[in-house]
Amino acid sequence: MTEQGNRAAGPDADLTRWSAAELGRAIGAGEVSAEEVTRAHLDRIAAVEARVHASLHVDGEGALAAARSVDSRRAAGQAVGPLGGVPVAVKDVLVTRGIPTTCGSRILENWLPPYDATVVERLRDAGLVMLGKTNMDEFAMGSSTEYSAFGPSYNPWDLSRIPGGSGGGSAAAVAGCEAPLAIGTDTGGSIRQPGAVTGTVGAKPTYGGTSRYGLIAFSSSLDTPGPVARTVEDAALLHAVIGGPDPRDSTSIPAPVPDVVAAARQGASGDLTGVRLGLVKEFAGEGAEPGVSAAVRDAIEALTKLGAEVVEVSCPHFRYALPAYYLIAPSECSSNLARFDGVRYGLRVGDDGTRSLEEVMSLTRDRGFGPEVKRRIMLGTYALSAGYYDAYYGQAQKVRTLISRDFAAAFAAADVLVAPTTPFVAFPFGARTSDPYQMYLADLYTIPSNLYGGPAISVPCGLSEGLPVGLQVMAPTMADDRMYRVAAALESTVGLFTPPEL
Amino acid sequence: MSASTAAAARYEPVIGLEVHVELGTRTKMFCGCPTVFGAEPNTQVCPVCLGLPGSLPVANKAAIEATIRIGLALNCQIASWCRFARKNYFYPDMPKNFQISQYDEPLCTDGWLDIDVDGEVVRVGIERVHLEEDTGKTLHVGGATGRIHGATESLVDYNRAGIPLVEIVTKPVPGTGALAPVVARAYVAQLRELVRSLGVSDVRMEQGSMRCDVNTSLHRPDEPWGTRTETKNVNSLRSVERAVRAEMARQARVLAAGGTVTQETRHFHEDTGDTTSGRSKETATDYRYFPEPDLVPLAPDPQWVQTLRAGLPEPPRTRHRQLQVHWGLSDLDMQAIVNAGAVELIEATVAAGATPDAARKWWLQELSRQANEAGVELTALEVSPVSVAELQRLVDDGKLTDKLARTVLAGVVAGEGTPVEVMAARGLEVVSDEAALGAAVDAAIAANPEVAQRIRDGKVAAAGVLVGAVLRSTGGQADAKAVRELVLARLC
Repeated sequence: MTEQGNRAAGPDADLTRWSAAELGRAIGAGEVSAEEVTRAHLDRIAAVEARVHASLHVDGEGALAAARSVDSRRAAGQAVGPLGGVPVAVKDVLVTRGIPTTCGSRILENWLPPYDATVVERLRDAGLVMLGKTNMDEFAMGSSTEYSAFGPSYNPWDLSRIPGGSGGGSAAAVAGCEAPLAIGTDTGGSIRQPGAVTGTVGAKPTYGGTSRYGLIAFSSSLDTPGPVARTVEDAALLHAVIGGPDPRDSTSIPAPVPDVVAAARQGASGDLTGVRLGLVKEFAGEGAEPGVSAAVRDAIEALTKLGAEVVEVSCPHFRYALPAYYLIAPSECSSNLARFDGVRYGLRVGDDGTRSLEEVMSLTRDRGFGPEVKRRIMLGTYALSAGYYDAYYGQAQKVRTLISRDFAAAFAAADVLVAPTTPFVAFPFGARTSDPYQMYLADLYTIPSNLYGGPAISVPCGLSEGLPVGLQVMAPTMADDRMYRVAAALESTVGLFTPPEL
Repeated sequence: MSASTAAAARYEPVIGLEVHVELGTRTKMFCGCPTVFGAEPNTQVCPVCLGLPGSLPVANKAAIEATIRIGLALNCQIASWCRFARKNYFYPDMPKNFQISQYDEPLCTDGWLDIDVDGEVVRVGIERVHLEEDTGKTLHVGGATGRIHGATESLVDYNRAGIPLVEIVTKPVPGTGALAPVVARAYVAQLRELVRSLGVSDVRMEQGSMRCDVNTSLHRPDEPWGTRTETKNVNSLRSVERAVRAEMARQARVLAAGGTVTQETRHFHEDTGDTTSGRSKETATDYRYFPEPDLVPLAPDPQWVQTLRAGLPEPPRTRHRQLQVHWGLSDLDMQAIVNAGAVELIEATVAAGATPDAARKWWLQELSRQANEAGVELTALEVSPVSVAELQRLVDDGKLTDKLARTVLAGVVAGEGTPVEVMAARGLEVVSDEAALGAAVDAAIAANPEVAQRIRDGKVAAAGVLVGAVLRSTGGQADAKAVRELVLARLC
């Protein structure tokens, strides 16, 4: 049914198959123009988008204008940077000046933001060409894009299956060669889980290592923008562009991002001598499909052949991560999403002169939000209510501290932790929408890093039932470089995973 | 005996005050927007203070510094670590539908302010001083009342949204009895002087840069404290006093009739001096406070706090005492000036040439009376310290009598011009023309021969009748003392 293509990234007649690093190099050397590269990707989008639905908005004209600007700068002898002229798709959770930004929700349909997110600004400053905005579960709540108000995205590996979520659009765009790079955001696994199920590389940087300014908040203390790519090096290059301190985000870490590109290149040499891989005891046998477990086991074995050692670590509080997350994230979301009331922007329902302000707000929110968003707003509103705060939100924060301590202890024994990214491969549409908990389980292995704040990456490590499996590499906060090194080493030995031709 | 005094005879009042001070920082609390008062609506806004999706707050260090200085001046402890919190409720003038405030971890706690009331010092405990962001302003158009009910349209101006706001909350103040309304006013007046002395706010109540909520409860002596009400919209010194009076009287009526006071928010009405029920606390919003995840905790460096403490200006009380000595006023006179919020007015009037006593008399007597009649604050009257000094000069020069001066002053307040202009326009100058005055005196003697005879017989006190007659015939523009001298000169 599906085929595996182990193919090195590199020049090919079809520019949409090139890696971002290779595109950037070729554009910089004048071998190909940014405009040609952009046109190739716009053509690819035109050809496959009807089947993949990775995007909510394609800005062809803006992309071509940006590409031409890079070409003219290069022609004028200016350096355009390693990713200058390389196309990128941006998750619709990041605001883009004058370009529709919906967050996958009806409530923001037709809203045109008056400003750019810091991440978007940095993409532009680095000469990347923004192709458009990618699909996502509404307000980044979901693991399949089935909660997008504008219909789901389809997994290029098997169009009857989900591409993961919430950043399924970004992952599908990259896996389907509509863009070599994409930006995602990860609150509980929204970059990594789509990466795993589409055979792409998705990295969640250290919380605070990439700016949240302009990221429409779901859960402020967890949301982290990060790169999506087809190779580890590409992810690192994009990470380096978007990372670093931002005075507009108080929670951004006032220190430069570690040299993730150098780490990725070091890892690609295939030597992991002396690197200690921590296996979380409590993750063993916890809910992963046999095929996923097998692929991950093989990947770890491959890493040991590169010189890595395996140590077992214990993280006893990880079992409380999912419940803690489903108190903290909904609590913050219930407050963050309060601003969508129809008063200032976005959808307004029922303002016919007969209804009170409260009725209009209420109707707007009722029609504007989908079921998962409403579910989480209600959960969070309840958890923060007087009399329940200590038992729910307060307790969850304590769990968060304990999980961070687990990580600290684990990182005393291991350099990185390795685990499956998600317990199951891409599932068919509808398989997990009737029981929210079944959907929440998709984030079982990704959530601990969000609660702790440390970086984590999903790198393709094999196939199960012909579908991609991701290995997750977790590192200590501000040690993003470590995970890139290990991920690149794995990539160098297992190769890339390319979906069948669409 | 006023109703509040009667209430205090049967019940003990406990009061508490929550004062909001808009800081005069150049930029807003969490963004770089300017804070100029009175700009065109929605011209001082950006994605952050409009709460646009994706925007994030960054705390203004100048506002934190100002708050710490207020806390230090109020003898508070400064937290070594504290956080902002979100206060969640839906209201259209609040762009995010939550307000960034502080909850259980305020920046400053547990201080006090000594205030002078009626020759005594009352120590008002300070529970907390915290920092938050102001909301926008809603204007309801088309309704008769200006309230949301009945309005055809509501307009929101977000210029004020995000302006740093310091909330200063007192501990409950028991034991002030019938003086409770005066104590409340004196506290706000003296707090205002204190904040002004720090240079962190213009504390103009009429512009809303200082706003006040008043908590009041009554209880029988030797019984536990009663249920309190929170009266909002108390936006002048005068209103602070009136609001406490009104609540004491109302609660006493409720209790005397065997009723119970409901814990609720009440609204003070400037026009009637009454309070009416707002929303009841039972149905009040659960604010679902939680620590603001978009901001990092505040941890003021102790060294910095020490520097701020060392840089505090002289407390207003000290300065007031120096002024009092300098001006030669009694304790009570000086307290009256402070509690009327008139220190600066009198300073300026003295600087313009009036004696301190004359300045005090004009501002605290005649002008206070006029302000009361108009129902406005003293500072809101259309009269400048320079005009008051000029008026006094006219009296000292004999061009105006006290009575005429009051009339001229009314003209100045009515916007007719400077005292000299009003005097000229209304023809109010004292008749000092000797010939004209002499003729009037002669006429009065001729018209009252019996009185004249009694004076000639040595009954000098009878001269008053003739003086009165002359004053009447000159339309009050003659100086009584001069007339009396003329009468006596002719008859004795």
